Amino acid sequence: MEGTLAAKHITVALAGNPNAGKTTLFNALTGLKQKVANYPGVTVERKEGSWQLGDSNATLIDLPGLYSLDATSLDEQIASDIIRGQQQGIAKPDVVIAVVDATNLERNLYLVTQLFEFGVPVVVALTMIDVFEKQKHEIDVEMLSAILKVPVVAVNAKSGRGIDELAEKATSVIGTTQQIPYSFEEQEESGARGKIFARYSFISNAVQESTWHSDQSSHLVSDKIDRVLTHKFFGLVILVGILLVVFQTIFSWASLPMDLLESGFGALQETVKSALPEGILADLISDGIIAGVGGVVVFLPQILLLFLFISLLEDSGYMARAAFLLDKLMSRVGLHGKAFLPLISSFACAIPGIMATRTIENRRDRFATIMIAPFMSCSARLPVYTLMIGAFFGGQYVFGFVSVGALLMLLMYTIGIVFAVGAAFILKRTILNAPPPPFLMELPPYRLPNLRTVFQNMLTRAWQFLKRAGTVILAISIILWALMYFPRSGQEPVVSSQQTEVAADQQPAESVQLRQSYAGKLGHALEPVIQPLGFDWKIGVALIASFAAREVLVSTLSIIYNVGKDENEESETLITAVREAKKDDGTIAWTPLTALSLMVFFVLAMQCMSTLAVVRRETNSWSWPIFMFVYMTVLAYVASLITYQGGKALGFE
Amino acid sequence: MTKRTKNATILADLAVGDEARVIAVNGEGRVTNRLLEMGVVPGATVSVVKAAPFGDPIQIRVLGYSLAMRRREAEMIEVAK
Repeated sequence: MEGTLAAKHITVALAGNPNAGKTTLFNALTGLKQKVANYPGVTVERKEGSWQLGDSNATLIDLPGLYSLDATSLDEQIASDIIRGQQQGIAKPDVVIAVVDATNLERNLYLVTQLFEFGVPVVVALTMIDVFEKQKHEIDVEMLSAILKVPVVAVNAKSGRGIDELAEKATSVIGTTQQIPYSFEEQEESGARGKIFARYSFISNAVQESTWHSDQSSHLVSDKIDRVLTHKFFGLVILVGILLVVFQTIFSWASLPMDLLESGFGALQETVKSALPEGILADLISDGIIAGVGGVVVFLPQILLLFLFISLLEDSGYMARAAFLLDKLMSRVGLHGKAFLPLISSFACAIPGIMATRTIENRRDRFATIMIAPFMSCSARLPVYTLMIGAFFGGQYVFGFVSVGALLMLLMYTIGIVFAVGAAFILKRTILNAPPPPFLMELPPYRLPNLRTVFQNMLTRAWQFLKRAGTVILAISIILWALMYFPRSGQEPVVSSQQTEVAADQQPAESVQLRQSYAGKLGHALEPVIQPLGFDWKIGVALIASFAAREVLVSTLSIIYNVGKDENEESETLITAVREAKKDDGTIAWTPLTALSLMVFFVLAMQCMSTLAVVRRETNSWSWPIFMFVYMTVLAYVASLITYQGGKALGFE
Repeated sequence: MTKRTKNATILADLAVGDEARVIAVNGEGRVTNRLLEMGVVPGATVSVVKAAPFGDPIQIRVLGYSLAMRRREAEMIEVAK
C-alpha cells in the first residue's frame, strides 16, 4: 500500500459552495504555486496548484464554486466530469476535499452528500468555524464526522489551524471506500426529488445532532448593513454613489502610472531610434512594435484598478446586492440581474466585462449580455473623445458654466447605453429569445475581503491582459505599420509629377509615404463610402487603423498629420494640426460636425480586435463575433450618417 | 404538477417579516429542482426579509441564509403560516 502510494502521483480536488472560503483555502494550501487556464473548448476557468501531501507533491484542482453536482450548468457538468475522471487531461481525483462553511452548514452539506454518491473518498474541511463560535454556537466536529462517516477537519486558512491535519486525513483516506450514510429507499417520492429529500433529511438530522445554536442570530450584522445598502431608495442612491467613486478613482489613480508608462515607451522609442542604424528595422521596432504594443499596455493601470474594485465588491458580498437591487430594471430589457456587473465593467474595457459574463448561467442571457457589452463607452474611446472635444469644443460653455465638452462626453456615454438597451431588447425577442431567466441567488453575509485573494485575482487578470498585448496586439501593430510603411515612396522615382506637387505643398516625406502606402490606397478606396459621414481619405486611413483598437486613431492621426508619433491626445500640436488639416482640394478637413460624426461612429462601431477575439473564445464560434462586428458597425455607419447629413441639413458645418 | 392543497398560501403572497413552513414546491424541471437543492424543501421554515426596490425580487431566509428570488419563483412555493 505504502509503495503504491509513493509511486502514484496524487490528484486532489477541492469542491465547495460559492462563498464557502474555497479560494482562500486553495491559496493557503498551494501558496503561489498555481496556474490558471481554461478547460478545453469551454470558458470555465481551471485552477491548479501543487500541494505538499506528506512526502509527495499532489496536484490540487480547484473546482468551480457549486451548489450542486446535478450537471444543470456548465460549471456543474465540468465538476462532475472531473470527479468521475472523465475530464480530458485530468486524472481522476484520489480524494475530494469538500469545503463546508460552518455558518451555513445545512446547505453546504448538500454538496457533500452528492459527493458521497460519486464513490470518491471525501474529507470535509470546515471553514468559518471562528465566526461560527464567535456567534456563540457550538459544533461537535467528532460527532459530525461520525455521522457523515468521513473525516471532518476544522480549518482556518489565516492562522494555519487544521492545515496539517487536513493533509494527514486526506492521505489516510486515499484508496479507501466510504459508505453512503443514508439510503434513498424510504422516500415516498421517486426520482430527482426523492433523492433531494433523502439528502436533506439526513443533513437535517446530522446538523441537529452535532451542533448547538445559541439564540444569538448569526445574520444580525449583515441584516443591519442591508437595512441601508439594499434600502428601497437609499440602496439605489448608494449604488450609484459607489459606482461614481469607483470610476472616479480608476481614472484619477491610473493617470499618473499611465503617464509614466507613456513617457517610458516614448523614451524607449527614442533609445531604439538612436541605438539602431536608421532603416527598416529601427522603424519597425520603434514605430510598429513599441508604439503599437505600448499604446495598449498603457491601459494596464486602469485594468488593474478595475479588477481591484471588482474583487473587493465581489468578495465583500456587495455585488450580489447590486444584482438584487437592479434585477427588476434589467429584467425589463430581458437581461439577468447578474448582467449588471459585466456591463459596468465594460465602461473600463469590454474584455474583462465579457469575461465577467461567465457568472450568468443561461447561455442565451449570457450571449445577449456579451453582444451589447461593447456599446458601453470603454476607456479606449476616451482618447478619441478627448482629442475631438479639445480640438473643436474646448473652452465652450452653455449657460455660462456647463462645459460643452462634459455635456458631449455625457452624451456619448448615454448614446452607448441607449443603443445597448435597444439591442438587448431586440436580441432577447429574436435570435436569443428565451423565457425570463430564473433568478435564484444567494445573498452571502458581508465579509471583509481577503486581500491575498484580491491581489492574486488582480495579478492573474493583469497577466492575461499582458499576454494578449504581447501576442494579438503585437501582430496587429506590425501589420498596420507595414501597411503604412510599404511600398516605400522612395522606391518609385517615376512619380515625378506627384513629387513636384508635393514640393509645392511643402508636404514632408511622411505624408507622401502615407499617400502611396497600402494603407493610403485603402483610404482612397474607402473615401466614397465615408464621404457622406464627413470624412476624407486621411481620416479613412486612421479609421481603418482604429479597427484594430480604437485608441490607434489618435496615434495614426498624428502620423498622418506629421506631428510625430509621440504626441498624445492632449498635445497642442495634434489639436492644432487636426484643426488646420486640409482636404486634397484645399478645403478644411475637420469641422465641429465632422468631429461629432466621428465621435458617434466611435461610440457604436465594433473597433477592437481583442474584443472580437475574446467573443470568439467565449462563445466558441466565429458567427457571434462576425455578427457583432457587422451589426455594430452598420449601426455606427447609419448613426454617423444621420448625424452628419442631419447636421448639414440643419445648417451646421 | 403536484396537487394544490385547498386554501394554500404561496410564498409570493407573504408580507415582509412573515414566517411560514414550506408545504410543497410546485412545478417541474430545473428551477424547481434548484429551489429544492438550495434548501427550500417541504418542512423547511422560510421567512420574507425584504423586497427589492420596484417590489421584485424578494429576499427570503431559509436554513439560516439569505436567498433572493423573483416573485415568479416564489409563486411556485406553497407555504402554511
